[in-house]
Amino acid sequence: MSQPFIEARNIGKQYGQDIILENVTTTVEEGEFITLVGASGCGKSTFLKMILGTEQPSSGELLLNGEPMPNEPGPERGIVFQQYSVFPHMTVLENVVAAKGFQKASLTGYLFGNEKRQARQEAAEMLTQVGLSHALNRYPHELSGGMKQRLAIAQAVICKPRILLLDEPFGALDPGIRADMHRLILDLWRTHKLTIFMVTHDLKEGFYLGTRLWVFDKLRHDPHAPNAYGASITYDLPVDATQDSLYQEIDDQLRPTKSTTMTADLTERQT
Amino acid sequence: MKKLINYTPSSANQVLLGLLPFAVLLVIYMIGSEARLAINPSDKLLPSFGQMGEAMYRLAFEPSRRTGELVFWQDTLSSLLRLFAGVGIAAIFGLCIGVLTGALPVLFASFAPLLTVISLIPPLAILPILFIVIGLGEASKITLIAIGVAPFIARDIQRRTQEIPSEQLVKAQTLGASTPQILIRVLLPQVMPKLIDAIRLSLGAGWLFLIAAEAISSTDGLGYRIFLVRRYMSMDVILPYVAWITLLAFLIDYLLSAINSRLYPWNAEGKS
Repeated sequence: MSQPFIEARNIGKQYGQDIILENVTTTVEEGEFITLVGASGCGKSTFLKMILGTEQPSSGELLLNGEPMPNEPGPERGIVFQQYSVFPHMTVLENVVAAKGFQKASLTGYLFGNEKRQARQEAAEMLTQVGLSHALNRYPHELSGGMKQRLAIAQAVICKPRILLLDEPFGALDPGIRADMHRLILDLWRTHKLTIFMVTHDLKEGFYLGTRLWVFDKLRHDPHAPNAYGASITYDLPVDATQDSLYQEIDDQLRPTKSTTMTADLTERQT
Repeated sequence: MKKLINYTPSSANQVLLGLLPFAVLLVIYMIGSEARLAINPSDKLLPSFGQMGEAMYRLAFEPSRRTGELVFWQDTLSSLLRLFAGVGIAAIFGLCIGVLTGALPVLFASFAPLLTVISLIPPLAILPILFIVIGLGEASKITLIAIGVAPFIARDIQRRTQEIPSEQLVKAQTLGASTPQILIRVLLPQVMPKLIDAIRLSLGAGWLFLIAAEAISSTDGLGYRIFLVRRYMSMDVILPYVAWITLLAFLIDYLLSAINSRLYPWNAEGKS
């Protein structure tokens, strides 16, 4: 039997008395595109941070190629956060060139001469691929939210990570722009053969983007001590096998209150 | 008629309204000066602008009989050199200490308490120590300014460094950056405009320490001159010198702010 790419063995996470995650056991093969959904505070971002290396499991094991996951962020795991992912003091092109420079084991990571020319060209190509070729010399504060995220993605992908982590990357974007971003991320996933983990609030996103959907939720619930039990992966679905009824079921489970208030909102607006 | 709270003067009116208090103060001074001089022509307390002009002309354009120098310009040069040296040294120290302790938790744990205590020492109280240890020369004056200003700059830069979102540090690491690369490429450039802001804020204190040090021990300098001519009640020199110091302070501040927006256009984000 071949070794799984990423393996979680009975992972638990707690902060003091608060248990966030318990009994998370799963395996992931290279090239999968996994979306993580769940109510807020259910531990999906915590799980992402464990892969990233900024959090460590309190119990259990998280393995990458059979080795324990490194306990700090590294170049094999790229990340795009919801915000603050790009360097505000560099232009769009500099942001991506700097990413190339960081790969070099020098004190400052500055590139010179031929190396620099090559990095600039590569960066420009990458930026064309994400649709930012017209904005190479702008600073991030002059970009829209969607353009900033495109830049952050370009930065991450040019370093050729094996795993790309997306922490609600499109949460702050308009629906129309979000559709463009979905196309972009699917495109990059295919061309660069990435393994993607994407945390999202938008269950719909999880249902048609990617190959696999994880729903994080609490299996046991104590109303008097809401933090006594942690969440786990309650649904692990291949995306093409999902149906509308199941979507509705999960949607109701995750946010019964929110969905009713949202419909109330809508009817209110229509009248 | 608009409510007062909604009334915004036009830009031309704004300038006029801004100049008005200056004009009023000048007129009040001139009336007072005139009245006193009418009673006693040798009154020294409120000299006329003519008397001030004469005194300043002597200091600025006639070589001193004792040293052969143009006293006013020599004073200005000496004072500015001391101020720039002191604040410059403080800025370099403050930047290094601030970025390192702000970025590296190990250094923060070991040096932040010390930095806090040092910043609480009143610099003027240790001026005698500086005179005893370093002597009465230039070094002790520059040291006083540097010691007075550096802790403020260091603590400000430390806080600014810590304010940079941790997402950026994580992101840089996922792009393969090492600790020195993060310090030099991510943190340092982002605190540079904050350093200039910190210098602008600390220049007021810098002037204070400069004038204090010059008043106590010096042979030239703007502060020295003011305290020297006080013995002769030479308000005709003191008042123009104070105005000149104010103008210099204003110009330096303006220059630093212009440099800031020229060198770091991306920093505009925080201001808008």
